[in-house]
Parts: sequence; C-alpha cells; structure tokens
Amino acid sequence: METLLNDFSPGLFIVQVILLLALIFLLVKFAWKPILNSLNEREAGIQDALAAAEKAKADMQNLQADNDRMLKEARAEREAMLKEAREIKDKMIADSKEQAKAEGDKMIKQAQATIESEKKAAVADIKSQVAELSVSIAEKVLKEELSAKDKQLQLVEKMLGDIKLN
Amino acid sequence: MKDVSKVIKKLVLFLAIGSSLQGFAVSEGQKEGTVSSKEDVDAYILHHIKDAHDFHLFSYTNSEGERKHVGFPLPVILWSSNGLVTFMSSEFHHDDNGEVVVEKNGSKFVKLHSKIYELEEGATSLSLDEHHHAANAHRVLDFSITKSVFGILLVGLFMLWAFSSLAKQYKNKSVPTGFGRVLEPLVIYVRDEIARPNIGEKKYRKFTGYLLTVFFFIWILNLLGLTPLGFNVTGQLAVTAALAIFTLVIYTFSGNKDYWMHMLWMPGVPVLIRPVLAIIELAGAFIIKPFSLLVRLFANISAGHIVVMSLIAIMFTLKETLTVGGATALSLVLSFFITLIEVLVAFLQAYIFTMLSALFIGMAVAEHEHEHEHDAEGHVVPDAEDVRGDFI
Repeated sequence: METLLNDFSPGLFIVQVILLLALIFLLVKFAWKPILNSLNEREAGIQDALAAAEKAKADMQNLQADNDRMLKEARAEREAMLKEAREIKDKMIADSKEQAKAEGDKMIKQAQATIESEKKAAVADIKSQVAELSVSIAEKVLKEELSAKDKQLQLVEKMLGDIKLN
Repeated sequence: MKDVSKVIKKLVLFLAIGSSLQGFAVSEGQKEGTVSSKEDVDAYILHHIKDAHDFHLFSYTNSEGERKHVGFPLPVILWSSNGLVTFMSSEFHHDDNGEVVVEKNGSKFVKLHSKIYELEEGATSLSLDEHHHAANAHRVLDFSITKSVFGILLVGLFMLWAFSSLAKQYKNKSVPTGFGRVLEPLVIYVRDEIARPNIGEKKYRKFTGYLLTVFFFIWILNLLGLTPLGFNVTGQLAVTAALAIFTLVIYTFSGNKDYWMHMLWMPGVPVLIRPVLAIIELAGAFIIKPFSLLVRLFANISAGHIVVMSLIAIMFTLKETLTVGGATALSLVLSFFITLIEVLVAFLQAYIFTMLSALFIGMAVAEHEHEHEHDAEGHVVPDAEDVRGDFI
C-alpha cells in the first residue's frame, strides 16, 4: 500500500485530468457530436426508407390486386361479349336459315301453283285442241260418210240401234 | 467484416511479435548490460511498470565497453520551492539512483526510482535512510512530459485525428469508407451495448461522448502497452484515478432527486436502519465505486505487464535447467499466448471500465417508481433499470 501511494504521482494525475478534460471536450465537439448525429440521422433515414419500402410494397400489392381484378373483369367481359356474339351469330344463322326455308317453301309453292295453273291451261288447251281436232275429224268423216244416200241411212239405222241398246 | 478481421489478425500478430521483441530489450539489461539474476529481473520489471522521464527504447554495450542507450529525452517540468523549473531529462544521463544532481533555478534535483526529488537546502548529494527512502530531499510536483504523458498525448492526437476524420466523412456520404469503416461499428457498439442499455433510452445521449472517449482512450492505451514501446499508461495509478474520479464527478453531479433520496434516506425500510444504510450508500458511492474502477484497471494492466515480462524472463531464469534454446522456446511460446490473452484483456478492461461507468451513471439518473412502457399487446417493456439487475 505504501509503495502504491509512493508510486502515485500527483503531477501525472493533474496532467492527466487536464489532458482528459481537453480530450473529452475536443472529441465531443469535433467527433462524437457529429458522428452520433449522423448515425442517428442515418438510422432515422433507414427507418423511413424501410417504412417507405413497406408502404410501396403494400401499394404495389394493392395495385396488383386491382390489376388482377380488372383483368378478371375484362376477361369476363370478353367472355360475355364472345358468348353474346356467338349467340347472335347462331341466332342470325338460324333466322336466316328459317327465312331461307320459308322463302324457298314459298317459292316452291309458287312454282307448284304456277306449274298447276300451267298444267291446267295446257290441259284445257289440249282439250280444246282435241275437241277441235275431233270436230274437224268428225266433220271430215261425216262429209265422207254422208256423201252417199245408203250410207246415210245405214248410219241413221246404226245410231238408232245404239240408242235402243242404250 | 472481412476487412476488420484481417486488421485484427494483423494487429494481434504485430502485438504478439512485438512482445517477443521486448525480450531482446530485456536482454540488453540494466546497469552493466546484464540481467541475469532473479533480483535483476524483478528490478527491471518494477522499473518498467513505473513511469519514466525519458523515452528509452533499448540499450547496448558497444565494442569499447561503453553503455549506449537508444531513445530520446522528454521535457521535465517541475514546480519546485523556487518556482517553475524546466529542463530535458537527458541532464540526468539515464541515472535513476539519485546519483546525478541537476542544478536549476537554485534548486538541486535528483531522480530516484523514476521520481524526481528536490534536495533540501544545503545538501549536495542524496542520502538514503534505512528504508531506501530519500532522507534529505522531498518530492516536487512533477508536471513533466513523462513517457505516460507522451503516450496520452499520442493517443489523444490519434483519437482526435481518427474520429474527427470519421466525423468529416459523414458530411459527404452516409457510410464511411476505409479506416472509418472499422471505427464506426465500434462507436455504434459503445453506444448500443454500453450507453443505451445502462443509462436508458432517454438520457444516454448526454453521457455517450464521455463513455466513448474513455472507452477508446483506455483501449488504445492498453493496446499501446502491449507494443515493444513499453508504455504502461493505464497501469499508472494517477491515470486510472483520474479516470475513476471523472466518472465519480459525472454520476455525482448528474444524480437526480431519487438517487440522493435512496442514498441518504432510503424509502421502504425502518427509520432506524436508514442512517446505517446512508453511511453504507455514501461509502459505496464516493469510495467503493471509484476505488473499484481505479484499482481494477490499474491492477489488471500492471499484472498483465508483469506476467508478460516475467514469462519473457524465463529466458534467463531457467537458462541453467532448460538450456538456452529450451528456455528461449518456452519463454517465446508462453509469452506469445499470454500476449494473445492480454489483447483480449486490453479490450475487456476498457469495456468493463466503460460499462461500469455507464452503470453508475445510469443508477444516478434512473427514474424510480417509474411507469413502464407498454408495447402494442400491453406487455411490459423492460427498460434499463430492469435489465440492470442482470449485471449486478
């Protein structure tokens, strides 16, 4: 203990106190204050940046969700439009088919009617021609047959016979 | 991170090799150039542990048999009975036994065991009493730039340069480069691991400057003590006492009402016990705490120096039993590993001193009967005062 106390140098103690005071003062002023301030600033900056990144991420997710929703909607809309178009197409085809069929039927009917009337006209024409022909034939035959007296009598006879038979 | 570990590796190697070189300095020896007996080794070590008035690197004996000392003198500044006296330490001609008398300003000075004495009026040479103490001389106030003061100045300038250049770096960029990249995590370490948890989130800022200064001051000086330059600054009682008293002054003057209340009139105990507790608390705050700080640092660092030097001295003390080669090898291996441990101790002691200073300051500024902070789920958030219990 005595040696320790003997080794204690008051002069060194005073010098050390002065130097340490100066060192603390200078370091606080020129080093620790700016360093700690910068560190705090940087840490606050990092915190802010992290929060901003987190927020951006959330925003991004919202945006993504929005996009997804819009895409889904658009897809559904497209689907619906396609379906509608297909329906319209089908309907149009069906309609036009029906119409065509009706038109065709109508035309066929008209044709049939025309054919019928033509046929009738033709038949009538044929009938009249046949009648004319038969009259003219009959005329010619009668002219030929009735040129002689006996023959005329014969015919009358025959006709009378026919009538009796009837 | 890789860079830091590289630097640390280099530093450890440098210090370890350095301590081995110290061995050669020892082998150059004392007066007659030989340190051979155990007494010589003891004397040499004790001499090294003390402060010195000149910067002595090593000595050798040249071919003419003359003793040569390599080093440089440092200024001696004394407050004697005749006022301020200054001269260079070279005037003592490396004498440490009070034989060379330097006369300045009408006062006669001698140097005995690294201390300067002023001879009493009329005395022409130093005479010693039976305890080898100066009989006809008295100590003077010695403000010399001793080896320790020189070390303090070196480290102080180094710290000012290193940390103000780190501070300057932040002006241009947010992440420092080069040496600053090594320093920054250390600063953050002291702030986040020492100041913040011990003093508390609200008040730590005010004391961080002191804690950072003390931490780096002690650490760098401890490391400097491991180099072959032979500094033993943190092993000087005056230096550790100054550091401890700084901490004492800071926690005494920043103590709040609660602190003094708990010290002088402890609430919650019977009134009769309170004065007894006050005495214990006062002794704790003003004697035990600073004393523990100053003795721990002084003893650890001095012991480290003594152990390293004693292991180096194995070279001489075990020369007969182990042969020269064996003793040298054993000494090198042991001193190498003890130096590695000393590198750790250098950090540890700086950490412990700073840590305890922060703890004592934290005790003085703590708010008692305080509201606990609650986190979002309503759990109590432990603060500095709760955590402190884990350390004591």
